[in-house]
Amino acid sequence: MNANIKFVQGNEACVEGALYAGLDFFAGYPITPSTEIMEHLAARLPRQGGKFIQMEDEIASMCAIIGASLTGRKVMTATSGPGFSLKQEALGFAIMAEIPCVVVNVQRGGPSTGNPTHVSQGDVNQSRWGVHGDHAIVTLTASNHQDVFKMTVEAFNIAETYRTPVILLFDEVVGHLREKLVIPDEGEIPLVKRLRTAVKEGTDYHPYLPREDGRLPMSDFGSVHRYNVTGLYHDMWGFPTDDPKIVKGLQRHLVDKIESNAHQVQKYKEFYLDDAECILISYGSSARSALHVVKNRRLRGEKLGLIELQTLWPFPSQLIRERCEQAHYVLVVEMNMGQILREVKNAVNFPEKVFLANRIDGSLISDADIRNILRIIQGKGV
Amino acid sequence: MAVKDYIRERFFPHIWCQGCGHGMVLNGLLRAVEALGMSKNEIVMVSGIGCSSRISGYLDFHTLHTLHGRALAFATGVKMSLPALNIIVPMGDGDALAIGGNHFIHAARRNIDLTAIVMNNRIYGMTGGQFSPLSGYGTKETTAPYGNIDHTFDISALSIAAGATFVARTTAFHVQQLSQLIKAGILHEGFSVIEVMSQCPTYFGRKNKLGGAVEMLRNFKEITTPKGSKAKQANPELIERGILHQIEQPEYCNAYEQMTALAQKGK
Repeated sequence: MNANIKFVQGNEACVEGALYAGLDFFAGYPITPSTEIMEHLAARLPRQGGKFIQMEDEIASMCAIIGASLTGRKVMTATSGPGFSLKQEALGFAIMAEIPCVVVNVQRGGPSTGNPTHVSQGDVNQSRWGVHGDHAIVTLTASNHQDVFKMTVEAFNIAETYRTPVILLFDEVVGHLREKLVIPDEGEIPLVKRLRTAVKEGTDYHPYLPREDGRLPMSDFGSVHRYNVTGLYHDMWGFPTDDPKIVKGLQRHLVDKIESNAHQVQKYKEFYLDDAECILISYGSSARSALHVVKNRRLRGEKLGLIELQTLWPFPSQLIRERCEQAHYVLVVEMNMGQILREVKNAVNFPEKVFLANRIDGSLISDADIRNILRIIQGKGV
Repeated sequence: MAVKDYIRERFFPHIWCQGCGHGMVLNGLLRAVEALGMSKNEIVMVSGIGCSSRISGYLDFHTLHTLHGRALAFATGVKMSLPALNIIVPMGDGDALAIGGNHFIHAARRNIDLTAIVMNNRIYGMTGGQFSPLSGYGTKETTAPYGNIDHTFDISALSIAAGATFVARTTAFHVQQLSQLIKAGILHEGFSVIEVMSQCPTYFGRKNKLGGAVEMLRNFKEITTPKGSKAKQANPELIERGILHQIEQPEYCNAYEQMTALAQKGK
């Protein structure tokens, strides 16, 4: 029996992925349905010399991981809807100050306290625009535990590469479902190490001056370069400024560093797309039901295909437009009132042929829910 | 190292108003750091938002200028991650005890080794003179034009109740004592609070007809007395200065190390 095979919850798969990626500092606050992530890390991190702290609230957890990241650690926090709302202020700080960190949101029903123990995908747009002001963000998701693991590692790699927060947007079903996870051997998935400056002591170091490739080498707090970190617009040393040229330059940089590398971070999976007349687009636990429908219909000779999104933001508009070009119609499957539907409609050349199969009652969308919409689209009655 | 070596000279003159007490706190802080012979690389200054929080930009340490009220939460992350660093957290009264009140009591409760300097000028200065939780009943501010009906609380008593293991108070007038107290606070292993009564002649002084900076400083001299003095017995209204509370309790990062050792043994 291979010791690397586990039967675990999705939340634990996330923990395994984070530890594989080198997570060594976690701060959190208990909240359903993400709590198992912090419980497992409370046991695992001290054993391997990492740091775990349960903070007084969600705000403080987000702040604490930013502080720890500045000392050179790989950091993460995990939460759900109400906690994710509270974290937005400090998330904006991490975007502005360009601090690598990973924020997990295991979605439950909202708004407000909502439907804590039930599934939803209602925070898709919040993960894009929850922070005030123009900015870019990377949001990843997954539908099964192997991908939860993979996307978690990917999140840390992207965070380090672009000096940015990355959001892992899972959902209650994926978080709590138990299934097989195979933990890859060391080195099987490449890890991105923190890029540290080669500037010597006594030489002027510019923490916010991008290299030619756009990356910004960091210097850990406590080492030889002393600089300023602030949520204000700042110059290349990190000192506050309202110089219009610098403000504009930094605003552009914060957006461009993600948007111009969008193709590098846009992950997806496709199933039976080549001759698909009907394309389903889905993500997270919804994609499990969508794939089930597609496979069954294929057995009956119907030409259905599936695009499973693993990167929600930056939204892969070009990919969707190209892959859906030949489709007769497109069906977005999600558990909200059409948050990705809107993006798909904007992306394709025929928005009138894009439909929604959704569920917003806290239950997992089923194959029957999807089949019912397909019948309507195909003119077979209700 | 001379005091001058600790500052980022190119950012002077500072942004504070004429007569503001915050520059005096900066002075006292620098003299404490100098007296301790600390190296600049071992100090991280974490601040929030407000007049007081701008102190971090002027100092040649690792400086983290964060969000309103959240400095102690960021500082907790830095300290927990790298306990060898000395963390100093300058805060305003509103920053520390209104928006940041929760972080304040919990940092105290954990007894994590941070040095919090609360510069209490009883007003929100940066936004132009609104009342803070420390303004006091009956005072006047832009958001209490008919007299403030909010009661205040005692920073030191609150800190002690919340679990801080070093609590001291002084004023911007008593710069020598200020420096001594900050020094003692940095040396203390655990959560240290140094409350510094600081004057804001621009807003609190003007609105409450307390005169200019000189009058306000003179007032600090008159309304305070060293802890345990005879004057206090004669006049209980006087506010005590000095180290008000100092006890030994397990420090958070040390406790974590011990817990970690236990976890690794049981592996």
